[in-house]
This record gives sequence, C-alpha cells and structure tokens, in this order.
Amino acid sequence: MSDNDVLISARGLSVGFRIGGGLFGKSILKAVDGVNIDIEKGSFYGIVGESGSGKTTLGRALLKAVPITEGEARYTDEDVDYDLTTLDGAELKDYRKRAQLIFQDPYAALSPRMTVRDIIAEPLEVMGLTRNREETDERVREIAAKCRLNLEHLRRFPHAFSGGQRQRISIARALVSGPHFIVADESVAALDVSIQADVLNLLKQIQKEMGLTFMFISHDLSVVAHTCDHVAVMYLGRLVETAPTREMFREPKHPYTRALFSAIPSLDPDDRGKAQKLEGEIPSPTNQPPGCKFHTRCPHAEYRCMQEEPKLEAAGNGHEVACHRWKELLEMVPA
Amino acid sequence: MSALIDVENLTLKFRTDEGLVTAVDNVSFSINKGEVMGLVGESGSGKSVTAKALMHLNARNAVYTPESKITLHTDNGPVDVLSLTRPADLKVVRGGAISMIFQEPMASFAPAMTIGKQMVEQLMLHSDMSKARAKDISVEMLDRVGISDASSRFNQYAFELSGGMRQRAMIAMALSTQPKLLIADEPTTALDVTIQAQVIDLMKDLVDEFHMGIIFITHDLGVVAQTADKVSVMYLGRLIEEGPVRPVIRDARHPYTQGLLAALPKLDDLDAPLMPVPGDIPSPLERPSGCVFHTRCGKVVGEVCMAVRPEYVTTEPDHRVACHIYSEGTS
Repeated sequence: MSDNDVLISARGLSVGFRIGGGLFGKSILKAVDGVNIDIEKGSFYGIVGESGSGKTTLGRALLKAVPITEGEARYTDEDVDYDLTTLDGAELKDYRKRAQLIFQDPYAALSPRMTVRDIIAEPLEVMGLTRNREETDERVREIAAKCRLNLEHLRRFPHAFSGGQRQRISIARALVSGPHFIVADESVAALDVSIQADVLNLLKQIQKEMGLTFMFISHDLSVVAHTCDHVAVMYLGRLVETAPTREMFREPKHPYTRALFSAIPSLDPDDRGKAQKLEGEIPSPTNQPPGCKFHTRCPHAEYRCMQEEPKLEAAGNGHEVACHRWKELLEMVPA
Repeated sequence: MSALIDVENLTLKFRTDEGLVTAVDNVSFSINKGEVMGLVGESGSGKSVTAKALMHLNARNAVYTPESKITLHTDNGPVDVLSLTRPADLKVVRGGAISMIFQEPMASFAPAMTIGKQMVEQLMLHSDMSKARAKDISVEMLDRVGISDASSRFNQYAFELSGGMRQRAMIAMALSTQPKLLIADEPTTALDVTIQAQVIDLMKDLVDEFHMGIIFITHDLGVVAQTADKVSVMYLGRLIEEGPVRPVIRDARHPYTQGLLAALPKLDDLDAPLMPVPGDIPSPLERPSGCVFHTRCGKVVGEVCMAVRPEYVTTEPDHRVACHIYSEGTS
C-alpha cells in the first residue's frame, strides 16, 4: 500500500478530556490513547467496540469535532493535504465540507421545525457552496434522489417520516456538500431490522457510486461483517486488533475480539450455553488497569499481561493484534 | 404445565385527536408456569402495549373491546385483569404476581432515591413484612443477581451504577416480590453484547430457580433463539405467527417472519446480500385492510390478501400462522 492511497492517517492519536477538580487537581481522562490507523481511499472501515471503548471519540477527533491532544493525523485527497492537529481558519472550513458525520438517532438529528428541503440545503447555505436558490434546489433534488427521497418528501417536515426515511434524510444532508470522508456513527443502531438492511445497502451503493471513504462505527459485529472491508476493534481507547474483514472473521486472534464474536446471540436455539462468557465490565477510563487494559477480564491473562502493555504487531494477512499471548492462544484454542 | 395467564381476543385502541388508533388487534395467547415466551416485533407492532395490558397499565385513552379478556391464575383463584379498577385491587398485577423490567434502567429508577430505598418501598407495599426484613431480602436479591458488595450497593443511587449493574438491580427489584410472571421489555437492548450475554444467562438461571413465566419482548431474533421456549411474532398489532422456538426460527411460515430472518446479517455467510423487507411500516392511522402485511409482502396470493383478514392455520403442532398462503382454497 503506497501512501497516496491513504485518505486518513493517524499516528499515536490521543484524545484526553480534563475532568474533575478534586484534592489532587484536575485529572485527564484518555478516551483515545495512541491509536495508529490508516484508512484507504474508497474503503468502508469499521470500528467496533462496546460503550466506553472510545470509538465515537476517535471518529469525532478525525472530524476535528473534539481536539486532538497528542499524536498526528493527516487527511490527504487529490486536492489538499491537511495536518488535522493544526488545521484552522479557512482550511478548517474547507475540511468541514470534505468530511461529514451521519448521526445515530434520526429522530434527534433532524430539526422538527425545518422542512426536509431546508434540512438538506442547510449545509450548502452555511458553507456558501451554491450561488443562488436554483442551484441549491437542484443540488438538493439530485442528492435526495440518490437517497430515494422524492419531491413530495422534500416539502414535508421530519415528523411525517419513519425511522428509515429519516435516516435517508440524514444521509442526504451529510452528502450534500460533496464530502470525500464520512463518519457514520451507529447509523443503523436505532432502526428496525427490516429497515436496517435497506439503509446499509443504500450506504454501500452511495459509497461505490460516489467513491467515498467511510468510517463505520458500530457495536454490532454482524452489521460490520456485512458492510465493511476492514475492521478495527477498540477497547478502552486502544486498538486491540485490526484486519481485513474476512480475515478478522475467519480467525479472530485477540481474546477480546473472540469474546465479542462469541457473545453475539446465535440464531440456532440449540447453541444455548455454548457462548464463551466474559466476566465483569469494561473498566472506567478514569481508572485504567496497568499493563494490558483487557487483563482484568481476560480468561488467559498471566503475570506479564498485568505489567506490560502489548503493542499492536503484525500477525500475517494484513492482521494486526495487540496481545502478548496471541500465538500461544491460537494453538491452545483455535478460532 | 398449568396456565399462568390467558389472553383472549385482546383488542386495544387508543383515543387520539385523529380518531381511534388500533394498537392491538384480536390477540390471543397463554403462558404456562416456567415458560419463556419471546414476543417479537418492530417499532409500532404493539408488543409493549400488549405487555402493558397484562398489568392494566396503558394510558387512560386506551379502549379495550368488550371481547378482550385477560385471566391471571393466582394461588387465590383466577383474576380478571381488565375488570380491575381500584388501586388496591391492581396491586396484584402491578408488582404483586406480575413484575416488569423496562428497557432503559436509568429511566426506571427514581434518580433521587437510593436503589435500596426503592426496593424496600415496593416490598413493603406488596407484603406486610417489616422494614428490616425487606432490607435483608433486598440485599439478598442484589447478591443473587450477581452484584458484588450488595450491602453497599444498596445505599447507592442509580447513576452510580454502570448500565449492566443497573439492569441487574432492576431484575433484583422485579423479582424480590416473587412474581409469577415477569415481563421483560427489551431488557438487554441498551446493553453491550458481552453484558447482554451475562444478563441473558442470569435470567435463564432465575427461571430455573423461581419457576416463573417470562414474557421476553425484543426485536432481536438471536436473543429469542437463545432464551425463549416459544415465540410470538407481532406486526401492526396482529399476532401473525406463533409456535415453539425451533420451528418458528428454523421453519418460519409467515412471509414477515421469513423477511425478518432474511434481513439479519449472518456471520456464517459474509457474501449473502442483505435482504430488507421492502417498504416502511405503515402508520397506525392507515391500517391496511385484509392482511395488515400485504403492503410489504412479496408473496401476495391475490385479491384475498387485500380484502380478507387471514385466519390462523395450524401448520404443525402448536405452530400457527395467519397467512392466506396456508389457507385452504386460496392456494
């Protein structure tokens, strides 16, 4: 992979939040900690993790919606090459139209007082991307059609729409400024199963047609398996495993990834009790365990895991894993 | 097995500014002791409203048809749930013989009262035990659902617990009155998968231990496959398919149930395309005539689907489906 294929690249990216003001002064909560990531152009990159894993914060940091406190991050497309840590002023404004976000909850993300046309047109007007109303309308209609919304829909208010239709409106709004990079944060989590597949298919289709790069944040592994071409698993602000989707699902290597896979409720009623159960809960980011962050819940943890934090290392076939014992475990308990 | 609750011809409409809106349409089912029923459906299918009807808990604008009948079998004989009106009589279905766990545990606990105080309060409301005894039982239940250091958790507020802990505390509270029937409304939906697996395990253990009936409301067919003995699928207020878990999941008969199963992303075949159920769920104000699913159904057999409401057809023991495909004379 040559460097010019990469749209988003981060090295040692960290996001810290200052919290509290107790006896010992302020402390720092590290929501994202030393993440290295390369998102190739035209890829559908999945980020998986439970609540508190830092997946949303990582997405927002790459969109410059929260400040990056340490490390490097770059955005490179055909026209521009931005250093995301220092980006500001006119360049930041320009970045806003190149990188967009689709929210989780289509009920909360759309203003109930604006028509669908105005909702979709707003980014164009705010960013001054069109010269007049005719041009705006034309652009809105074009993007609405791509998201399967018709002219009649544009005149109505969001309350008249179902969850799936609302999410299509959110997608249209994110696409209208002609972005190259889209962060979709749990964009199908609030939808019913019968509608979810429809929105996922739409996202994939748009991505192909418009040559977009997606970062798809989700807690649902089966959804990620079907939409993404590359997956990264996060735990307590760190990447613990990354791999091309097929490779990841063929042979998950990190004990956490394996536990996540096995916790997905199987559709086979005779599989009951077969899941490998994980004890305990994700520790609080303000009180992180030393060594490997997962050792408090890991069934395979040994002394070394409590002392020394494992680095992400290559494991073949584009697979990277941060675990001291992944090689042994693969022999002990094959995936 | 003996019946715990019988629901017959339950039809429930809400009076609204736009007129009467049908939320539940002629639904019948029964649950036995120690049986787990998975109630599956999407938003607006009427599954939560049905469950709330069992506790006579729906809003004041709810109208039940005279044919609707819910019978709860208690140790003191049958109770006609829908005829209860006085708060004192309603206690038996609201926390007495029937308890409910809600989806969002943060919203279900009072924020300004400790977990313990809420547990003690409801125990004292439903029995004549002393405060000290109620506290002992509460701490014991917290311990039983896997909350470590239960006696200090007893004095904490809901916001001090994590999501998984809160849901465990909710379960402890619901079970402390030893209900005969537990209604769990999407109890794991707000939880992470690893925590969901823990809570599902806990609930299974509790069924074995207390031998109660459970209605497990969920939209997740995987969760149903892992927990339920039998499954009821609802769509727009109609119970469209019902049966033991294996035949319903493996050999679903109704096109909607089949569609739901096909829409799920499967992990064993990543190349399989995702198959959405076409169209959107109709607004309850515009209920389709005939079969309520005909507007999205890919297997419409003819005019009959638009005009005639399908009757239940039993396809194999205890497995019944409301679809014209299986009616005699139409295929």
